[in-house]
Amino acid sequence: MQVKGTVFRYKSDVDTDVIIPARYLNTTSEAELASHCMEDIDKEFVKKVKKGDIIVAEDNFGCGSSREHAPIAIKASGISLVIANSFARIFYRNSINIGLPILECPEAVKNIKAGDTVSCDLAKGEIVNETTGQKFQAEPFPPFIQNIIDRGGLLNSIKNS
Amino acid sequence: MGMTMSQKILAFHAGLESVKAGQLIDAELDMVLGNDITSPVAVKAFEGAGFPCVKCPERVSLVMDHFTPNKDIKAAQQVKTVREFARAYGVENFFDVGQMGIEHALLPEKGLVGAGDLVIGADSHTCTYGALGAFSTGVGSTDMAAGMMSNRCWFKVPAAIRFVLKNRPAKYICGKDIILHIIGLIGVDGALYKSMEFTGDGVQYLSIDDRFTICNMAIEAGAKNGIFPVDDVTREYLNGRFTRPVRVFEADEDAEYERTIEVDLSKLKPTVAFPHLPENTRTREAWGEVKIDQVVIGSCTNGHISDLRIAAEILRGRHVAKGVRTIVIPATNEIWKQAMHEGLFDVFIDAGAVVSTPTCGPCLGGHMGILAAGERAVATTNRNFVGRMGHVDSEVYLASPYVAAASAVLGRLASPEELQ
Repeated sequence: MQVKGTVFRYKSDVDTDVIIPARYLNTTSEAELASHCMEDIDKEFVKKVKKGDIIVAEDNFGCGSSREHAPIAIKASGISLVIANSFARIFYRNSINIGLPILECPEAVKNIKAGDTVSCDLAKGEIVNETTGQKFQAEPFPPFIQNIIDRGGLLNSIKNS
Repeated sequence: MGMTMSQKILAFHAGLESVKAGQLIDAELDMVLGNDITSPVAVKAFEGAGFPCVKCPERVSLVMDHFTPNKDIKAAQQVKTVREFARAYGVENFFDVGQMGIEHALLPEKGLVGAGDLVIGADSHTCTYGALGAFSTGVGSTDMAAGMMSNRCWFKVPAAIRFVLKNRPAKYICGKDIILHIIGLIGVDGALYKSMEFTGDGVQYLSIDDRFTICNMAIEAGAKNGIFPVDDVTREYLNGRFTRPVRVFEADEDAEYERTIEVDLSKLKPTVAFPHLPENTRTREAWGEVKIDQVVIGSCTNGHISDLRIAAEILRGRHVAKGVRTIVIPATNEIWKQAMHEGLFDVFIDAGAVVSTPTCGPCLGGHMGILAAGERAVATTNRNFVGRMGHVDSEVYLASPYVAAASAVLGRLASPEELQ
């Protein structure tokens, strides 16, 4: 699948409490969660984000709480892909499980700025900074995890196995 | 090459002779946990997928602890969803007001988790049960739903860091100082995807509550799990609670560790994590003058009976500083009752503190002690992220119950030595 969008840029250790503060965890409504996404770190995010946009962050993205509300909020806000140097492990699992595309690619992180236009072939992990023309290759997923992604998330994967 | 303690537990539950770091395995679970925030999402996923039944209802625990007693209508609706799910699918281990406590104190207390178990929980602090010699790790709601349906989960076998704890802890040093010291040393992603295995002669001096605190915060270093060997302290705790057979796994002599870090417990000093990351640790000389508005003593990290005894030891015959709202939260009803019988509540109330029902409440900025803009709290909780306990411009300082209680008395971040 091909995705393309404008980049929102964040630093290291973006925790799930700032992605979706606990005060909004009294709902499972995806739209409601999305309306508060990144609120405590970037008040402009929900005003500016458009369908297809991309988050680029540094190390340990999604650390802290296990709340699946965090990748749900990001996905429901319209974000098509999160690129980081590394992801916290529960956030990593949750993203795969719910079908939020994530890629680890330090080279891309180093060479993409806020506001750049980035496109990506998710299946191949090929990232292009359309603003500068630079191309990057993300780490491929192990086949087992790629299989979960290909089948549309964990529950579909279990149902069909 | 030998296996770590964590790897041995994973191999056993996957039905394999051996496993190695990086290997992807599918393993049978002893317990699947969810709370009132993560379970509603899991229920939605479970029912949305059309799963007909919970495979092993006796291996599922649903603990309503974060926003309970229900803080508002939406929270009440969420708990109702989970309550109805538990009833419909025959989940007996459903704990609501009256039976509930903070999940990671409650499950060990009820004997629902024990040595050798493989546990997943839709709560990041599920790693707490490593204190009992279990492999226990946090997951999300979809993994929880899959776990309820299949009683299985996939894992990537983790590499490990070994922490050799040496000597008897110095005065006023407890589990919280040890784990904060370690997180300060390796950082909030210092153990990312890895096991933290604790060993060494210092382990014998650590109570089960200290071990719960240490394993609880393994996630704050990014770890997949934290784990202690099973010894007499573990057995004494499990005895009379845990009714399944105790399965003891030990790391092989030639187990591979990515790093070995020695920590001399006799040299540690009271340690506090400054805002806004648990790795921002400082000892007394670097605290400066930090005036505070609130103290919270409780949470899955430090709401055990020994934590309350420590707080009472400091607060006995003293009074909290004017203007410092001091909230004590026993983690479970059993701990609550024990503290009451020991007269600890008299100490707290005479000191000007308040005692709350068991709840996660303020730790995650839920209810029962939210901070306003510019306010500062010293808390025995586990996270000090931006906005964690309330307003984005508030601050949380993570500390031991000794430091939290001493700070309450002096109205500023303070070590217990300063009271003498």
